[in-house]
Amino acid sequence: MAERGRGHPDTVELSERRRSAIGEMFREEGAKGALLAALSTIVFVAVAWVLVVQSPNWPKIQAQFFNGEDFAAAWPDVVGGFWLNLELFGYSMLAIPIVALIIAAARSFRGAAFFPIRLLSVVYTDLFRGIPLILLILLLGFGVPALAIPGLPRSVMFWGLVALTLSYSAYTAEIYRSGIDAVPESQRSSARALGLTQWQALRFAIIPQAIRNVVPALMNTVVSLQKDVALISVLGVREAVREAQIYTSRTFNYTSYIVATLLFLAISIPLTRYVDWYTARDRARRSQSSV
Amino acid sequence: MTHKLELENVHKSFGKKKVLTGVDLAVDEHEVICLIGPSGCGKSTILRCVDLLEEIDDGEIRLDGSAVSGPGVNANEIRRRIGIVFQSFNLFPHMSVLDNVTLGPRRALGLDRALAEDKAASMLERFGLGDKIIDYPNQLSGGQQQRAAIVRALMSEPELLLLDEVTSALDPELVGEVLAVIRELAEQGMTMVLATHEMGFARDVANRVYFLHEGRVLESAAPDELFSHPTQDRTRQFLKRVNDAGRL
Repeated sequence: MAERGRGHPDTVELSERRRSAIGEMFREEGAKGALLAALSTIVFVAVAWVLVVQSPNWPKIQAQFFNGEDFAAAWPDVVGGFWLNLELFGYSMLAIPIVALIIAAARSFRGAAFFPIRLLSVVYTDLFRGIPLILLILLLGFGVPALAIPGLPRSVMFWGLVALTLSYSAYTAEIYRSGIDAVPESQRSSARALGLTQWQALRFAIIPQAIRNVVPALMNTVVSLQKDVALISVLGVREAVREAQIYTSRTFNYTSYIVATLLFLAISIPLTRYVDWYTARDRARRSQSSV
Repeated sequence: MTHKLELENVHKSFGKKKVLTGVDLAVDEHEVICLIGPSGCGKSTILRCVDLLEEIDDGEIRLDGSAVSGPGVNANEIRRRIGIVFQSFNLFPHMSVLDNVTLGPRRALGLDRALAEDKAASMLERFGLGDKIIDYPNQLSGGQQQRAAIVRALMSEPELLLLDEVTSALDPELVGEVLAVIRELAEQGMTMVLATHEMGFARDVANRVYFLHEGRVLESAAPDELFSHPTQDRTRQFLKRVNDAGRL
């Protein structure tokens, strides 16, 4: 327990812990170290670049993957498709946390009467973590519209979203659950002792603490979700990967794939850096408050 | 006359471990009862069973003469009538002191936010925490946290207050401030059951002291009598050990 006046955490140690991985890479003694690191990096990159460009096969590689003309030609369609990826990413980011939280909360209800709810939650997570995502996408994206049941949406995009949500919320529910399990049992007791119902105890005392416990893990899931939305290309949805594929099959040039690659990286690398930074800061804060 | 709280032949096991093996106990209104005994004798379990945080295996617990253990009882309703304070405070770390103490009244009793906060502010003021209202638990000393936990338990105006070794997790210099609060509550006539290792304090405030051994009450008496003339060997041994450790 935090106890004021019992000595503060070592500030030097703290500021070191607060650095993220990038900071970690540059960690040396002062400006001299940073200069040396920068110099050696430049030399290393230059040597690697020269070696690659000098290699006899480079012109072939460049024409196939890094062709300026093809890049410009493929760009509009691939970028247009990428908006669909972002749209799908956005919708699933809304749906997944909510579905997952319901599944996780259902599993942590106590008492014999709630057994069916717990069972349902276990079956859900086992089932949807056990099915390959691509199989689920094919099954729902092609299978359900083929039923032609009136009233059911027939958009493959919609069923792709459903498949992503089912699969990812099963994983996310497990993350939430580990967060819920990490909240001490005494917190539940003291919430129940106030006369709160099970649901109120979860809602006000347990879940807020649980989510705080698992934010870094959740953000890693976001990074991987951002890439997995590309899987709906198998349904023929003309998103970035599909558009790149179409361009390639027309021109036999693969630069369009590089366009799509760059677009995904433009989102995922900043996201990864942010997760890294956040995790380091979170760890520093925790070590501070637990002293 | 019916007692405020009554335990009759209460049994409780955790798995194969028998923790309570037939506890009998009675508390009258405005009485202060202290439970003493070696670690693991079942003191905390009794309090948790009374607040229905644990289900008893056998026997009966009665509040104002009506059974609260067993089926057909609205446990949330009973818990709202009883306050409990834990050894390690158990404040909610993600909430300010104000939110900690108003959570119960607002959510369990349905009290209006403004009303609950007014009440909380005056209670916190009274217990010397007037300037800690917006602080978070980890910004408070142990003694302040425990006083906040007592305020939290008192907010719903319980008929019975259970205190589970509330000073055991505190630094020695912080014990006094918490005991002073309990003494004040006793003087105001709060009905309380304390599990405690503070023998001197038990002797001071208790109307009756129960000595527990291996999950049952071995003897109970007025504090002066129990501490000065224990009738059981086990009690004598326990008190001697406590005395040797300088805790009496």
